[in-house]
Amino acid sequence: MSEITPELVTHLASLSRIDLSPDEIASLTTELGQIVDSIAKVSEVATAEVPATSHPIPLTNALRADVVGETLTQEQVLQNAPEQQDGKFVVTAILGEEQ
Amino acid sequence: MAKDKILSFERALELFEPVLGFEVHIELGTKTKMFSSAPNEFGSEPNTNITPVDLGLPGTLPVVNEQAVRYSISLGLALGCEIAETSSFARKNYFYPDMTKNYQITQSDQPIAYDGSVEVELADGTIYHVPIERAHMEEDAGKLTHVGGSAGRIQGASASLVDYNRAGVPLVEIVTRPIFGAEHNAPELAKAYVAVVREIAISLGISEARMERGNLRCDANVSLRPRGQEKLGTRTETKNVNSLRSVERAVRYEIQRQAAILEAGGTITQETRHWHEDTGTTSAGRPKSDADDYRYFPEPDLLPVVPGRELIEQLRSELPEAPAARNRRLKGEWGFTDLEFQDVVNGGLLAEISATVAAGATAQAARKWWTGEISRIANTQGVDAASLISPENVAATAKLVEAGTLTDKLARQVIEGVIAGEGSPQEVVDARGLAVVSDDGALIAAIDEALAAQPDILEKLREGKVQAAGAVIGAVMKAMKGQADAARVRELLLERAAQA
Repeated sequence: MSEITPELVTHLASLSRIDLSPDEIASLTTELGQIVDSIAKVSEVATAEVPATSHPIPLTNALRADVVGETLTQEQVLQNAPEQQDGKFVVTAILGEEQ
Repeated sequence: MAKDKILSFERALELFEPVLGFEVHIELGTKTKMFSSAPNEFGSEPNTNITPVDLGLPGTLPVVNEQAVRYSISLGLALGCEIAETSSFARKNYFYPDMTKNYQITQSDQPIAYDGSVEVELADGTIYHVPIERAHMEEDAGKLTHVGGSAGRIQGASASLVDYNRAGVPLVEIVTRPIFGAEHNAPELAKAYVAVVREIAISLGISEARMERGNLRCDANVSLRPRGQEKLGTRTETKNVNSLRSVERAVRYEIQRQAAILEAGGTITQETRHWHEDTGTTSAGRPKSDADDYRYFPEPDLLPVVPGRELIEQLRSELPEAPAARNRRLKGEWGFTDLEFQDVVNGGLLAEISATVAAGATAQAARKWWTGEISRIANTQGVDAASLISPENVAATAKLVEAGTLTDKLARQVIEGVIAGEGSPQEVVDARGLAVVSDDGALIAAIDEALAAQPDILEKLREGKVQAAGAVIGAVMKAMKGQADAARVRELLLERAAQA
């Protein structure tokens, strides 16, 4: 019944940048499958008329006026950076591009 | 890198129908960021426009900027869109260091605006209605500088430097539906569409929309399908297209490149391509793959936005004229001929000319400078004219010409100086000593000197051979290093001939 396959777990691991061993993939496939199956029971009662519960509290429009507030200093921003240069974070170059 | 084969544009169009699509990102000119009260400013010291929210630090919560919502609704309305009754945010998950949170807050199922249409008029008067699928709110990402590799290119870089000042800046992404029927006008339509979106943003006052600064960015999707085929071809998405002329060139190039592959029996890879301004070509980026699985889900930290009819109607009533209608009005007001106006529209210079006229120049002077000297320099440098000089400085230069302080020739040098960063027009005039010699005494002295060198000319002038004046005027202009008003020199010379 579960649609969780080892391939899917491998894919999710790669999306999450987590290195999994074959054993871990096998056990996670079983565990994630059970979790998904359990949660799938909700679908049995959640008909089209039942609204989504991503925002269960009936509030809307929590908006902020466009007014500048306090900011961090450059030193504060960079204080946990493993490496920095010219006021910027240094990160390993990644073959890719901005999203 | 092997150079791609391309087919001639004409042949490509014979065989295939191009289908276009655009994603235009516009940075909103709010005072603060989309979800934090950090200043939304360009050019600050790195990593200073930042709050804990922008770094995604634990325990922080984003809060939506009300002004950004209003701007987005106004933009949506100007694009002819419906405004959502309920609009909500989503997380787009990806791992890349331009975002500290490892996700971007954007909108997925419930964008603020959807189902619009934008009227775009080409130089020859053809009108297209570009269908808008949606316009949604999101946050911009930080800026990466790649160092250590060859010439700052991504390939071969050994490290990247990250500045998060831009992370969280409010963006609206405008997504079109596939655009059919552009045919040989496809490149021009691409440019004209982006120009219209830019004009809309500027006329609404919601963004400076300066492409060279990345306030407005365009990803151009191009696909080809063989004539007579219903099914759409595989598309590529060209990024890094940062000027209006690049949009046009990039679309033309992709049509020619894809046509060459298809004609040779190959297949198009669905991928991101990078536009290279210097070579006028695109190169393959990352292929669309598993990595594009963003696992969108509703953003639990943000409540839905419900704009309310009253606000929407208020914003609708405050909308400026639609660009197409405004263009018709401006053409009349400015008294431009069809050809002159087309030049302006083609150059994407309407906003610049409007601003220059507003700053006190005559419409003809504004047009002459923007479509003439400034566009010429822009072409040479391969940038947009708007990025070179401010409308205020063009107007100031035009006013100096009008006042007789500068001749057109001198004014060209002033424009050049301002573009070269030498300061305001007046500063360039002072620094380069460019003002017209308006002292008649100095001019008369130069005339006498020229006449002394060519004594027969006075005689000819007295006989009514006015064309003889040319030689003297030329000599005087030379002596004055071009800083004299030729018409005045001519007047003085003829007066001289009339005496004695």
